[in-house]
Amino acid sequence: MWYGHWVSRRRLLGRATSLIASGILWLLLFLVLPGVVLVVVAFMSRDADGQIVWSATTENFRRLLGFGILGWSADNGWIFLRSLWVAGVTTLVAVGLAYPTAFFIAASSPRLRYVWLSLVVVPMCTNLVVRTYAWELLLSPQLPPSMFAAWLGLIEPGRALYPNPGAVYVGLASTALPFAVLPLYTNVERLDWAIVEAAEDLYASRTRVFFQAILPQTLPGLSVAVILTFVPACGMFVITDRLGGSNFWLVGNLIQQQFGPSRDIPYGSAVCIVLIVLTLLGLYLYRRRGKAIELV
Amino acid sequence: MAAGAGEAVVGCFRSMLAAVGLRGQPGAVEVQGSTGGMPGKVGDEGGPAVSHDLNIEGISKYFGPVQALAGVTFTVKAGEFVTLLGPSGCGKTTLLRIIAGFERSDEGHVRLGERLLDDLPANRRPVNTVFQSYALFPHLSVYANIAFGLRARHFAAAEVDKRVEFGLGMLQLDGLAERYPHQLSGGQKQRVALARALVNEPEVLLLDEPMSALDAKLRAEVQIEMRRLQRKLGKTFILVTHDQDEAMTVSDRILVMNQGRIEQIGTSSEVYEKPRNRFVAEFLGAANLIPAELVGPRTVQTALGMLELRADPRWERGTLAIHPERIEARRTPPKSNGVRVRVKDAVYRGDHVELLVEPGPLRVQAVPGINFEIGERLWLELPAERLEVLLD
Amino acid sequence: MSERRKIHPVVTMLALPSLLLLYLPLVAVAVYSVNSARIGLVWEGFTLRWYRELLHNEAMLDAARNTMILGLVSTAIATVLGTLLALGLARFPWPKPIARTLDVIVDLPVVTPDIIFAAAMVIAFSMLRSLWAGFVPGMLAMVIGHVTFQISFVALVVRSRLVLIGPTLMEAGRDLYASSFYLFRKVTLPLLLPAIVAGAMLAFTLSLDDFVISFFTAGPKSNTLPILIYSAQRRGLSPQIHAISTLIVILTVALVLGLERFTRYRKA
Repeated sequence: MWYGHWVSRRRLLGRATSLIASGILWLLLFLVLPGVVLVVVAFMSRDADGQIVWSATTENFRRLLGFGILGWSADNGWIFLRSLWVAGVTTLVAVGLAYPTAFFIAASSPRLRYVWLSLVVVPMCTNLVVRTYAWELLLSPQLPPSMFAAWLGLIEPGRALYPNPGAVYVGLASTALPFAVLPLYTNVERLDWAIVEAAEDLYASRTRVFFQAILPQTLPGLSVAVILTFVPACGMFVITDRLGGSNFWLVGNLIQQQFGPSRDIPYGSAVCIVLIVLTLLGLYLYRRRGKAIELV
Repeated sequence: MAAGAGEAVVGCFRSMLAAVGLRGQPGAVEVQGSTGGMPGKVGDEGGPAVSHDLNIEGISKYFGPVQALAGVTFTVKAGEFVTLLGPSGCGKTTLLRIIAGFERSDEGHVRLGERLLDDLPANRRPVNTVFQSYALFPHLSVYANIAFGLRARHFAAAEVDKRVEFGLGMLQLDGLAERYPHQLSGGQKQRVALARALVNEPEVLLLDEPMSALDAKLRAEVQIEMRRLQRKLGKTFILVTHDQDEAMTVSDRILVMNQGRIEQIGTSSEVYEKPRNRFVAEFLGAANLIPAELVGPRTVQTALGMLELRADPRWERGTLAIHPERIEARRTPPKSNGVRVRVKDAVYRGDHVELLVEPGPLRVQAVPGINFEIGERLWLELPAERLEVLLD
Repeated sequence: MSERRKIHPVVTMLALPSLLLLYLPLVAVAVYSVNSARIGLVWEGFTLRWYRELLHNEAMLDAARNTMILGLVSTAIATVLGTLLALGLARFPWPKPIARTLDVIVDLPVVTPDIIFAAAMVIAFSMLRSLWAGFVPGMLAMVIGHVTFQISFVALVVRSRLVLIGPTLMEAGRDLYASSFYLFRKVTLPLLLPAIVAGAMLAFTLSLDDFVISFFTAGPKSNTLPILIYSAQRRGLSPQIHAISTLIVILTVALVLGLERFTRYRKA
């Protein structure tokens, strides 16, 4: 092995280890280890002060399924179903809007492309709280959206468009939109148009060209877009908290409640595991389908 | 970076060893030479005047279970232009990388004169490389690219300047010194890469398919230019290529490689005219291969009929080779080694007509002028002095 | 470069709502941050009064200071660690299974949803507290939290540049008599520097972008701007919050533009 001097593989790996030691150690200490502990803690309980009691129990998961002190309740069930539903709708809206946007950006001139991409990236990098705040402002009673909705009779005049499930969908979709546009754009930019032309050459109709020559080629980008939209939407609590009100909770709110005000870390951990399983599922799909897509 | 004190100490120690044990640690010699001669003037006092033969002694290299080189041995004489020719994956690039010091051989030695190079890393070998993609530093100007090797050895600024100017002039790069690699054409990049290597006055210059990125017309010019440059400088050049025309244009000797072995070493005409085996015969000039069986003194039986040879082959059954342009097509029977054939296909190529004939199938290059009809029967002469007897 | 295709005008029309969805709220905030009406959203004329008032709002200034300290300190640490990580991972012959494990560890913060990341942080810090009672939620905890996810992004950016540069230039440097140190100083570092800067800017942007992790680990005393805005939101809309939000958006725009400038790579 050659590295400026002839070195053995072992010495080389020794040097590499010294380079990565600090970073890997940091990640192990502050992320991997706590992650493992989180799984363990999910099977523990807590005392009145919120301290963890180290004795194994499946109580948290029973509670998760709705078996509380006051008997069975459907609240958690509703939260999970709502999370999946809301995340699904968000994904549909965000990806649906992102798909034409990606084509639109890819079709513009190289100079403009930079501008459009920056325009997509800026909101993505803008703090979520700021964007939620901005939605609150935009949906407040005196501004056109609310007035228009009132005119349509959807809300009472003089009321804001939030708290309202619709506001949550809009907020979540706008948050997720850049995460859907970017993978789709990278995909569309590398599209093999020769296939499309071949299809057109063979007198395929517009719809046939789309479904048989364009859509299959964008599947990797689509799957990444779906994952990057769906999973974060489940774990969101800022938008639902601000735009959805207290009776429109998602999994994210449940977790935040346990780690925050309720100080029930074991129960919160159990909820986290559900979300982790979802994420892993997404990651598995990503590894299988989205290898060609880079985000940075 | 982690290449800290320990490395530095080891490095010092190594250079001390080199200085004591071996005359001519590259850095030291070059600095000495820097007071005297200009680049390219071989024979001046002080400089790397004495050139050495490069000896490759039984080099083997394994990549996991794959054997890339199988005991390759040869000598390149000082000032010789040698080409390693072979198909991709034949081990020629690996061999070049071992000579340059990017890979370590598993067995065997590389020696320059008496000096063993095996334990010297690339930055301590009096060997420079022109890379396939040129590998110019994109963040440095042409000048700084060419000066890189001199500055890395801490040459005085005036000497750096002198040598870089010389290098620029030698390769007709005047006026481009301030440009950056991305502002250069392919041909210019290649000349910068050459200059960058040559200003270091290496004993051996390695060229890793340096012309593969150029278009065909430019390539032909550059090949002749390369040959001229090598003659002028008198340096040892080792070129790696898979293009047999290129190999024959530039080199003093060609090493034909296949599957990690040397199939044949010889001058251009030797490997072309007298291929040793089927691989060489096919790889150079796509000769016709004719399976044959020995039936009498200097006489073999083939699918084309009885043929006479100029000497007895060493086998009972083997192969003969003949280049398409060495076969004479005619309408009358020749005195000897005549074969009666039928034209299957004829293609007009400007300077010759290419015929495909049966039985065989044989490929023949005939002089244009005679019109050959497809299906026409005619005579071929396979002259005994042109029929090469292969070893396999 | 892929060839350009003409697209159907319908596609353009479908793309337009995306931009509206992204920008309408932000534009509204910017507009109302220069509206002189204190209460209500009726336009009453241009003013910079709310921006001036920010300068006298102690809580706001404190939060801004905290946000900056948090961003700069965590970025500095993460840039160093992330760059070392990238160098150590990209250029060495790691055995396959180890390489894969390391990749998973390094990619983990990128793929973990931030709420789970924050939950893991809470657990990490309660573990830390059981070892060292003096550790309280606050600035130190937030810095650790931010560094933990920033490292991965810095490593990602620097590593992809290392891959882009490829091994040949390093070999060329070696071939031209460069020692390890000279090579690092004259070739590796200059070629990598734009990526390191880009990585650092991305890290800072992400720090500024984060709310969830800070929120979980902040403790009672150290507010950042996002936390401040979040809690102020409870009390309703206010022109000062419009103003600070607008400033945050402007800072983000500057960072994104800077980022783009440094992530381009010219190959020779």
